[in-house]
Amino acid sequence: MKGYAGKYAEVDLSSGKIKDVKFDDKTLRTYIGGRGLSVKILWDRLGDKWDEVDPLGPENVLLILTGPLTGYYPGGRICISGKSPQSNGIVGSTMAGEFAIDLRCAGWDGLIVTGVAEKPSYILVKDSTIEVRDASYVWGKDGKKTSLTLSRDVRDEWNKKYTEREWREPSMVYIGPAGENRCRIAGVQGKWAHGAGYGGYGSVMGSKKLKAVLARGTGPLPAVDDMDRTIKLIEECRKACYTNDSFRRWGTGNLGYAVGNDSSSEPVRNWQEEWHDEKSIGVEQYESRVWVKRFWADFGCPTACEKLSVVRVGEFKGAVTDNPDYETQAYFGPNLGVFTPEANVYLNSMIEDLGFCGIQGGNVMGFAGELYQRGILTKEDLDGIELKWGDAKAFAKLAEMIAFRKGIGNTLAEGTYRAAQKLGKTKGKDLLKYAIQSKGVSCGAHGIRSGLDFVQPVSYACSVQGGDHTSVAYIPITHGSSEHTTLISDSGVFCMFNQFKVTPQFQIDFINAVTGFGISFDEWYNDIAKRILQIQRAAVLVGGPDASWAGVDENPSRFYEPLPSGPYKGKSTNRDEVEKMINEYYQIMGWDSKGIPTSETLKQLGLDNVDKILKEKLKA
Amino acid sequence: MSSDWVWVMRDYPKCTGCRMCEIACSLYHEKKIWPEASMVRVFMLAPGLEVPHLCAQCHDYPCVASCPTKPKKALSVDEKTGAVLVDRKICISCKNCIRACPGHVPFLHPADNKATICDLCNGEPQCSKICQEAQYNCLSTKYYTKGEGEHINHRLYSKLPKLITEGLSELIYGEKLEV
Repeated sequence: MKGYAGKYAEVDLSSGKIKDVKFDDKTLRTYIGGRGLSVKILWDRLGDKWDEVDPLGPENVLLILTGPLTGYYPGGRICISGKSPQSNGIVGSTMAGEFAIDLRCAGWDGLIVTGVAEKPSYILVKDSTIEVRDASYVWGKDGKKTSLTLSRDVRDEWNKKYTEREWREPSMVYIGPAGENRCRIAGVQGKWAHGAGYGGYGSVMGSKKLKAVLARGTGPLPAVDDMDRTIKLIEECRKACYTNDSFRRWGTGNLGYAVGNDSSSEPVRNWQEEWHDEKSIGVEQYESRVWVKRFWADFGCPTACEKLSVVRVGEFKGAVTDNPDYETQAYFGPNLGVFTPEANVYLNSMIEDLGFCGIQGGNVMGFAGELYQRGILTKEDLDGIELKWGDAKAFAKLAEMIAFRKGIGNTLAEGTYRAAQKLGKTKGKDLLKYAIQSKGVSCGAHGIRSGLDFVQPVSYACSVQGGDHTSVAYIPITHGSSEHTTLISDSGVFCMFNQFKVTPQFQIDFINAVTGFGISFDEWYNDIAKRILQIQRAAVLVGGPDASWAGVDENPSRFYEPLPSGPYKGKSTNRDEVEKMINEYYQIMGWDSKGIPTSETLKQLGLDNVDKILKEKLKA
Repeated sequence: MSSDWVWVMRDYPKCTGCRMCEIACSLYHEKKIWPEASMVRVFMLAPGLEVPHLCAQCHDYPCVASCPTKPKKALSVDEKTGAVLVDRKICISCKNCIRACPGHVPFLHPADNKATICDLCNGEPQCSKICQEAQYNCLSTKYYTKGEGEHINHRLYSKLPKLITEGLSELIYGEKLEV
């Protein structure tokens, strides 16, 4: 099949056995790759016992997949998936970097990782050769040390053994201590400042004792169906991206002040407010104080929204991160009451070293901050930390406690939803009202109360990926922000930021040029995307073993409190409107009044088996 | 004397790591996207320290001097641009040029195993073209007069990626990073 390397590698860490896995043309055309194909593989293997599979147990399957557009569509990414330890459903979590390119140039479309290694291990892919190696000597090491050590060791080895070239570094994905210690909020990390955060797959890697996956491929990208057309589309996409002045010039960090000030939808002190007028956190402050690279990018990217930030002076000297991008800027900035660039970069740097998802990590720390503010968590509960808003060092101490599961950190490591439940029981209080999450996944840093951000009242409530702001329910489903559209880039697999200046039709054309599938706009939205989403919906409804979500399509309760400050003070989410939109979304998706995909919908999409399992599991 | 020899100037701190130069190079030479066959290869020994590695056209061409084939050398200097040209029919894949190069810039092509060295795209380097188009401006095309390469010290740019990276780390991170 054009656009594909043609094979996936299944690595069983329990037995050490490695085998090739192939999918027929029809499966590839139906599920494309990345997130779409992950959903298919997971449901085929685990669907009939979905509710029993422990995401952090040996049965879970970790998927590290590319897609046919990876490397061709500007801005290559890798998609990480599996049964999510956050939602107990399926989250397709993508991350930028060179790893996906190397995997494809090595002749693989992806890795399917099963079982649990006996000792800490890493997987090394060098063209057609795949090895599982001992990673004991980097276990416990932070992100920077892990990547520098592994990169140097493998490179030195290759340079000694193979003299046909000076070897480049192997690209890699890895976990930090948070992943090793199975924190449900751990991400799969890359390039120090990158992470596939949503879903919590760092903890899945940790549960498999898999520290890292490294790859270097010396071949070309897989051949495409129509190279001339593909090259034309690449050029067209680049030109469109060049017009994205805001992202190119300032990155998403531009939103740090703008979202807070203009659209009033930024988390401030655990979403107690969504507005601030702190110009101290304006992007121009980052630019002049911490940026050392104005353009930092991943494979083929014409946008370069990343800016490299380094703190060179003062108490936070040595901290390194990217822009920081808006999400983590917000979550380790205003959400923790932090309004200085250096402190913000410091927290970002630390969290990335520990291996947390920036959004989940900042969310759970904001949650803890509010509990401290309200006297629900005391200094004693926090092993002596005075968790005051704005105290970056106090929050950094808490982050370490979480990563190493010390004291209260052991509970917070479970993520905001589970921590709220557990602490609520100990404290005898309803703490879920302070948990800003949907289906176990903490929400992205875009509020719905002001009605001015891109998210709709239905977005987090009905998303199959919970609070994931990169995959939101949206009406109409053909809108560029809908999860139907996101599925193109998540399955493609490429960067959604390079979709902003082109149409969904353009992206479908791109798929067709590369694969020759001949998919129409209508087929994408009403068949392909819909099918993938139905399986994801089924998985998250069934959930289990510790949480499931049938009948739980709702916003965090805080989103119904009136905004307490700013130009939109008093504005809130209208419950009637939410209910109306949810019902409308159910109808569009072919779900019944309880939000369960109807037999008719599923059978029409050839998902009889999903229907059967849903009937079986949801009846009980 | 006309200034018509070509040089790709590199401004390391500006490299974004986007590798569009590799894409452009391999599309031009191979009609494929093929990073390891690209005559410019961006080394990323540590994040933030991206180094585009390509032939610097040393004025004394140690690679050409090291080429052992007789009667004709596989490596020669393009009179038009100053690039090192490889005659793939003559190359015996001995790797002498790789070892002779202070930066180990040449490599054996992953498909035909022949020495591969930047040919300056016959005078219009595609790598700097795309870098300029994107306004990343790490690579740019400059012109100089044949025989005057030594005055602009091209050879200083022919260094091992590790050396360049460690130097660059002092600038970017404010401390030397061992890579």
